[in-house]
Amino acid sequence: MNMNASNYVTKEGRLKKPQALRSIVFLLPSWLLLLLFFVGPILLTVFFSFTNLALTGTQAQNIDFVGFQNFAAMFDDANFRISVLKTIVFLFLSAIIGQQVLGFLLALLMKGRKQSFRRIIGIIIIAGWVTPEIVVAFCWVAFLNDSGTLNMILNAIGLSAVTWLYTFPMISVCIANIWHGTAFSMMVFQASLDDVPTELEEAARIDGASKIKVLTKIVLPIVKGTIVTNMILVTLQTLGVFTLIYTMTGGGPGTSTQTLPIFMYNQAFVNYQLGYGTAISLVLLVIGIIASLFYIRSMKVQI
Amino acid sequence: MKKIKLEVAVPYIILSVIGVCFLLPLLWVIFASIDENAQQALTLPDKITFTNYTSILSDPANIRSFMIGLGLSLGQSILVVVVGVLAAYPLSRYTQKYKKPFMYTILFMTSLPITAVMVPVYQLFVFLNLQDSLFGTMLFLTASGLPYSIWMLKNFMDSVPINLEESAWVDGASIWKGVRKVVAPLMIPGICTVAIFTFSMSWGNFFVPYILIQTPDKFPASVTIYQFFGTYGMVEYGKLAAFSVIYTMPAVVLYLFSQRFMSQGFSLGGATKG
Repeated sequence: MNMNASNYVTKEGRLKKPQALRSIVFLLPSWLLLLLFFVGPILLTVFFSFTNLALTGTQAQNIDFVGFQNFAAMFDDANFRISVLKTIVFLFLSAIIGQQVLGFLLALLMKGRKQSFRRIIGIIIIAGWVTPEIVVAFCWVAFLNDSGTLNMILNAIGLSAVTWLYTFPMISVCIANIWHGTAFSMMVFQASLDDVPTELEEAARIDGASKIKVLTKIVLPIVKGTIVTNMILVTLQTLGVFTLIYTMTGGGPGTSTQTLPIFMYNQAFVNYQLGYGTAISLVLLVIGIIASLFYIRSMKVQI
Repeated sequence: MKKIKLEVAVPYIILSVIGVCFLLPLLWVIFASIDENAQQALTLPDKITFTNYTSILSDPANIRSFMIGLGLSLGQSILVVVVGVLAAYPLSRYTQKYKKPFMYTILFMTSLPITAVMVPVYQLFVFLNLQDSLFGTMLFLTASGLPYSIWMLKNFMDSVPINLEESAWVDGASIWKGVRKVVAPLMIPGICTVAIFTFSMSWGNFFVPYILIQTPDKFPASVTIYQFFGTYGMVEYGKLAAFSVIYTMPAVVLYLFSQRFMSQGFSLGGATKG
């Protein structure tokens, strides 16, 4: 916006109050809230992760600086390494493979179908997205349970039941997260695919290009930017997933679904090691910050 | 001929199969909620009853948790919109040096996972003596929703022409009055989108109140339903399903309502955070 309101002179010829002061007043409430509850905790994360802060006991009273002790302990902790690995598997399966690929496939298949059919499928997919995370967890716990719907179907077609949440816990939480998140990617890709000029596709088809060729040579290059941006955004959302896993498996059985948020929660609030928990959250935060910087770059916004 | 027909049919078949897979887990919660003898597997109820609903709604503790959730989310939405509109005004109307880095910081904040800061936020709440305070929780939720709302509201405000405002000033209106009487009414679709989005995010948020609130009497619906699941989840399927449906309703209704404002479709330009 290039409007310069300070140069605006009213009928009476008096100059409006200086912009700078007004800007400060208007921006003050958001500055205060963001500094106290957003920037503050981020700085505290860095600070606390170098202390022996605990929730109970003598260490709760006096905080001591312990240097890199938390981080040394963390990198020595087999549980931490497991959590990093679990987080990568969860991100790869549910965000990149699941939401991103399935969302793109849905958007691609829905393009050009009958309006009424598109709408029905769209509503079903979006229903999973609108449903709150905790209810998503209930639906899937019931669906995958020993005597749940999936095993009922398996029995009906002559297969034996599987204890999904115990035998395949990671696959189970990934599927639930895909169910919850795919609609977002689908809507993003639908909007992006609508921007691909139909004349271009038709011309290529008339020239004898196969459907696959039209997709790889024309459609994909045009929506490339959206794919990158969406991938980072979905990765960031998936990185922060706590409720779904916590409700479905609690991170278990054992450590099989213990992603970094679950590990962080357990260390901080179950084992009462806030300092250690904060060090873990710093790792999450650093990954988040790096991904967010890529996100801003990929957006190519004009401000 | 046959080959062409197959080519037309395949996408419909694939989409139908995916659709059924997505529908099945959801159908359970709906059927079980109206079935007195609900089991974990999906079954058609013998007869439709609403006893599950009445039993959830007749518990004053559940009603209280719905009210707390409503107050928390509504309060947060109002604060986010008011503070967001205030911040968006100078960012949209004035040219200033710090504007560009500020907007980049805001965009950056929209995508950071809140989960990562919850441990220090808990510590901060203990330090400020705000732990177990619903008001404090609302302020934190407001701050976490602000980056997205400032970003969206600034973009919406950019599309409101300044001439209308100028004529209001000529008529003697103050800047603040101009915002309230001219800019805000023209931004109603944008304000509603932000308010609905904020409300839904807050209503569905379990982690933040679960960490910051300790007294069961103060739990919003998201935490109460989790407690219910922990206590009766493996026995009272029908009631859990009914509780889930009631709890999901506001999100569904608001989503349908928001469709009226989001006619231009779903584009990444708005930094949408799901």
